[in-house]
Amino acid sequence: MSDNQQMSGGEALVKSLEHEGVDVVFGYPGGAILPVYDPIIDSSLRHILVRHEQGAGHMAEGYAHATGEPGVAMVTSGPGATNIVTPLADAFLDSVPMVCITGQVPYAAIGTDAFQECDTTGITMAVTKHNFLVSEAQDIPRIIHEAFHIATTGRPGPVLVDIPKDIVDPTNPRSDMNWYNATDADMQLPGYHPETEGDRELIRQAAEMIRDAERPVLYVGGGILKARAAAALMELAEMVQIPVVTTLMARGAFPDSHDLCLGMPGMHGNYTAVTAMQQSDLLISLGARFDDRVTGKLDGFAPTAKIIHVDIDPAELGKVRQYNVGIQGDCRLVIEGIITAMRELGGTEVQVDRSAWRSTVSGWQEKFPLTYEQSAPGEKLKPQYVIEELRDGNPSDTIVASGVGQHQMYTSQWWKFDHPYTWINSGGLGTMGFSIPAAIGAKAGMPDKRVWAVDGDGCFQMTAQELVTASVENIPIKVALLNNSYLGMVRQWQEMFYEERYSEVYLQERVPDYIKWAEAMGCAAIRVEAPEEVAPAIEKANEINDRPVVVEFVTDARENVFPMVPAGATNSELVVDPSQQALLEGES
Amino acid sequence: MSADRFHTIVTTVENKPGVLARVAGLFSRRGFNIESLAVAPSDDDNFSRITFTVDVESAPLEQVVKQLNKLINVVDIRELAPADAVSRELMLVTVSADAEHRKELMELIEDWRAYVLAENSEQIMLSFSARTERLDEFEERLRPFGIAELQRTGRVALPSLD
Repeated sequence: MSDNQQMSGGEALVKSLEHEGVDVVFGYPGGAILPVYDPIIDSSLRHILVRHEQGAGHMAEGYAHATGEPGVAMVTSGPGATNIVTPLADAFLDSVPMVCITGQVPYAAIGTDAFQECDTTGITMAVTKHNFLVSEAQDIPRIIHEAFHIATTGRPGPVLVDIPKDIVDPTNPRSDMNWYNATDADMQLPGYHPETEGDRELIRQAAEMIRDAERPVLYVGGGILKARAAAALMELAEMVQIPVVTTLMARGAFPDSHDLCLGMPGMHGNYTAVTAMQQSDLLISLGARFDDRVTGKLDGFAPTAKIIHVDIDPAELGKVRQYNVGIQGDCRLVIEGIITAMRELGGTEVQVDRSAWRSTVSGWQEKFPLTYEQSAPGEKLKPQYVIEELRDGNPSDTIVASGVGQHQMYTSQWWKFDHPYTWINSGGLGTMGFSIPAAIGAKAGMPDKRVWAVDGDGCFQMTAQELVTASVENIPIKVALLNNSYLGMVRQWQEMFYEERYSEVYLQERVPDYIKWAEAMGCAAIRVEAPEEVAPAIEKANEINDRPVVVEFVTDARENVFPMVPAGATNSELVVDPSQQALLEGES
Repeated sequence: MSADRFHTIVTTVENKPGVLARVAGLFSRRGFNIESLAVAPSDDDNFSRITFTVDVESAPLEQVVKQLNKLINVVDIRELAPADAVSRELMLVTVSADAEHRKELMELIEDWRAYVLAENSEQIMLSFSARTERLDEFEERLRPFGIAELQRTGRVALPSLD
């Protein structure tokens, strides 16, 4: 497309998305965004018509998580925009690259309380990395380019572009513009210069600390995945032979089946991951942010550990826990720098002998593995058992998207994540209803991959309508619905901390009928109630690829997620599975 | 209250709609308290200057600066500790000035090098520019005369010269 071609702002917007390499847009039309929907018909974009704007946002996130490319959502003004605020907040907390286009009332009508007007940039200021209100059609290619640049560089995040109707409506002279292919040279971002190269002197100091540490742990967060640094991390971990914990956002960044992998730390982390951090003398934090769900009570967290903190966002360094060496930079580049510095220091031979630490850690692994009690005959299914069967019945590169709650923790604990970008969840915001739309977005971006959503019944009822989208758009995801008829995680807290006073957590046993509901949405549906039916049902679901499948597993509501660090407690007060508690008391 | 508690942060921001809201919103959602705030055009039409004073005992200064830096429209941040800055604030004040106390008030104005901007038989409006602490003191000296109206600008600052 040559420069200087006359067109409307609406055409320019669609062309700008094509120019940025966008292939899929998740959206929902409406009054203010109408003029942009017309040129979509003649474009190369695949538009996926969602059933609720929240679905569009989470699909864009799922797409971004799975592909590494920015997800794109497009909605109208007013309620369209407010409905996508939750996904924006979700993407902001989990650093998901995403561009959201919102329609807006005509520029001259802004501030008049016009029909479907809301202050979208004002509302989303606190939940986006940046947002724009475009005032002139001529600016559209430049601002769209800036939006993608900001969303995908530095610490990634959601960027919103609010477009008044008059500058995209071809019947309005304010929409006239001359097309240009916007490039980095056109950008007007004088205050945006993300730094990616870590400071070499600090990297050398970090390497020295690693060399001298007796009980080090690599504390790995979602930043590793954002930086495409999984291979570099593997090289570093194997070189220095230091155990790795992968946070909820980093599951798959380092393979669970690797000898050095300790799995997930934090509130529902396993004993070894939590305790290794607690007793460590050096935490090497890579793209992690010392979230409260990882640290527990902060002043009791890893009390003897020195901290190396590597993050692309300098505001994370020292925000929660003071560091000894804080390095601002891209995780991949900094890890490569540390590897080089280690070699310059004399390689692995000069490291402190850590055989005692390694045997301590493997002793914990043997003594306190994740565990649960299988159901007795006639009892309902154990949710952990369902996840184990799902894991064993699917290839290891299957993409798993989860909702939020007990089922999310069971999946993180019991799935074996051996590949990066196979685990998609809402870690920071904890958005119930995330899994189905996120799985659809992932499958839209990676159509050849098998995609399972693991959902709870509470979550399912929040966003199930997007299974209509999946059916109509031929995006055959599979949903494992763990139905315990309860808001299970809230129930667990009420059981443990509110003296079993269950307040508003029971969702009913037989209403809704998930099988009828799934079938009404065009899905195949299977209900499973007995352990021996679990594996065959999963196999059957995997054979159906012409429509989405919902497999409802009726699970035991009495089951709780262990281990658990009670809220407000330090990580040294971890509560393990009741069957291991006596053993743990012998330990202390 | 120690004067060292108050650090001045001078930011250069893009002159675009909503930038002040972004800065103010950041302070509010991160729980940082602003002691004073001054917003004005800079010598370049494309940029404005937002100068604010924060109480470093209530807000972690490093976090304030780093979070501000994340705002795309913030182009430059200069953090000025009290010892390294020359700061001024302007006050406009209308004071009662009846015949009985007028002479005494005029002497005070002259002593403090304030300027008379307007006057009538009952009141004098004056301006006074100095360091914030001096404004506080001057305000206390004026109070017995009767302050009818008073406005202060918030402090602005430049780095001191070596």
